[in-house]
Amino acid sequence: MSSFKEIFDQYHWDDVKSSIYNKTQQDVERALASEERSIEDFKALISPAAKPYLEEMAHQSREITLKRFGNTMQLYAPLYLSNECQNICTYCGFSYNNKIRRKTLSNVEILKEVEALKKMGFEHVLLVTGEANQTVGMDYFRNAMNIIRPHFANVSIEVQPLDEEDYAELSDLGVHAVLVYQETYHQEDYKLHHPKGKKSNFYYRLDTPDRLGEAGIHKMGLGALIGLEDWRTESFFVALHLQYLERKYWKTKYSISFPRLRPFSGGLDPKVEMTDPELVQLICAYRLLNEEVELSLSTRESEKFRDNVMKLGITSMSAGSKTNPGGYAVEKESLEQFEISDERTPAEIAELIRRQGYEPVWKDWDAVLERKGTTMDVNLVGDEK
Amino acid sequence: MEKLHIADKTFSSRLFTGTGKFSSSPLMGEAIKASGSELVTVALKRVNLDKREDDLLETLKSNNIHLLPNTSGVRNAREAIFAAQLAREALETNWIKLEIHPDPKYLMPDPVETLEATRELTKMGFVVLPYIHADPVLCKRLEEVGSAAVMPLGSPIGSNKGLKTIDFLEIIIEQSNVPVVVDAGIGAPSDAAKAMEIGADAVLVNTAIAVSDSPVEMGIAFKMAVEAGRMAYEAKLAKPGKLASASSPLTAFLHE
Repeated sequence: MSSFKEIFDQYHWDDVKSSIYNKTQQDVERALASEERSIEDFKALISPAAKPYLEEMAHQSREITLKRFGNTMQLYAPLYLSNECQNICTYCGFSYNNKIRRKTLSNVEILKEVEALKKMGFEHVLLVTGEANQTVGMDYFRNAMNIIRPHFANVSIEVQPLDEEDYAELSDLGVHAVLVYQETYHQEDYKLHHPKGKKSNFYYRLDTPDRLGEAGIHKMGLGALIGLEDWRTESFFVALHLQYLERKYWKTKYSISFPRLRPFSGGLDPKVEMTDPELVQLICAYRLLNEEVELSLSTRESEKFRDNVMKLGITSMSAGSKTNPGGYAVEKESLEQFEISDERTPAEIAELIRRQGYEPVWKDWDAVLERKGTTMDVNLVGDEK
Repeated sequence: MEKLHIADKTFSSRLFTGTGKFSSSPLMGEAIKASGSELVTVALKRVNLDKREDDLLETLKSNNIHLLPNTSGVRNAREAIFAAQLAREALETNWIKLEIHPDPKYLMPDPVETLEATRELTKMGFVVLPYIHADPVLCKRLEEVGSAAVMPLGSPIGSNKGLKTIDFLEIIIEQSNVPVVVDAGIGAPSDAAKAMEIGADAVLVNTAIAVSDSPVEMGIAFKMAVEAGRMAYEAKLAKPGKLASASSPLTAFLHE
């Protein structure tokens, strides 16, 4: 099976970086004027040369997003199931070498968290774990899905990379989307930040979206952590990855996140800072490159930033997030993966969205739509499985 | 103006509308009311099917509006059939707008799966309105398996690009024995009027109304455009032709 690796290996980080930094204002103007934008246009739009064009980019991004997604904003919440982890990731609160109390939710605890999230109105939920294949592997996921799936319209997961068969099974169990961020596309840096554990295998992670595509998952989420390496170069590789995937797995939907590293207990400060205007530039550049991709903004970002950037291309937001297992109901005080910046309740966020002239969308999927079998005995063309 | 008949229903308005992309349910309700639309599509994925209070459905439960649930989100015939059954149960209508677009980027309808699903759903007693490409042969095939109407696209969903497929729409309209509803891509009232002028039986508009600065006024604008276009069609619109006749007639010698 051919995979993204073959394309990725044709690029060299430093060449890409210098080509982005060499983009001129003329390149930016050409990119802004064209209707179908290429990846070279995207480079211009994320380059330092685009800085004076931010307002124009924001206008275009808003207009394109409105046309495609309308006056709506999807809401979801993360549900942390476990903070057990065998990996060392230098930037993560759950890192193996971080001395925190480990916790994996039991069935009863999962149900308590589910109940708390339902009370807040959530229909879309994102299940999150660390990587502990012995205790939190496929058996755990199977069980958790069986408990959680009936309660929500849409269930997504953000867990360790898995094999294709596992993804196919999870899809059958009702997992709608899988989020796997590459963290960094800088191969040497990747090794520095992930010295131990299964995660240290760069290419296994890099080809995860291919395995998801082959497994026929409905939606996948891409992204790079912002703070490890030059964000412009990282974002180019995210865009390259997206372009490759869209052409190959044309039935899959895509979303992109742009998590800026947040402080956590015992962690290091980010090596690379990304300013607010730069994050706006990136959000708009993604939208100008791709009209359809979903762009998601988490509670890592501040209230003020979220309030204002909402209209510039974002299509989904988390609200009221807790990043510790049991954080909604079971044990509210345990240690979180990273600090939340926007601590407003989901109801407050929904009200804010309304005040901005948008409809908060709690439900945009239904388990009905992913039913593999029907009650009838019909012999249909699309019935490959 | 002639009334429109589809299956067991009769419509005074030939403007069908969608319910997505509005900034609030009340505004959607007002815009639809202003547009005079009597058939309104609802995405199954957006509503609560378990009969709890649903904001969107409550807004639509008013006089003279029929719900047309759509299967947006399904990727093949099997999923579509299952979704249609649920819709029938939950929304108490056997009408279904069949949307099978496995491609989430341009939302292009899958003709093979759509034909199969139409065949099965019709057998099961559904009134099926399939969203399809402007493909004249597919329209005939759908008609053969019992489609209640056909809904060919003007251009991709949400693109506002207008009637890019007009030459094929004209063939479909000429050949069809079931109502032709031009769906998707209608970006301006003039596009809607044009579709009606060439003989479409109805149009479906969503994005152009929902995303405008004033959805209520835009709803009215589309209502007027659809009525004007239909009236012009019924009044037998003059075919465009060259006004001046040739100065040296080629057949003049016959009369010499």
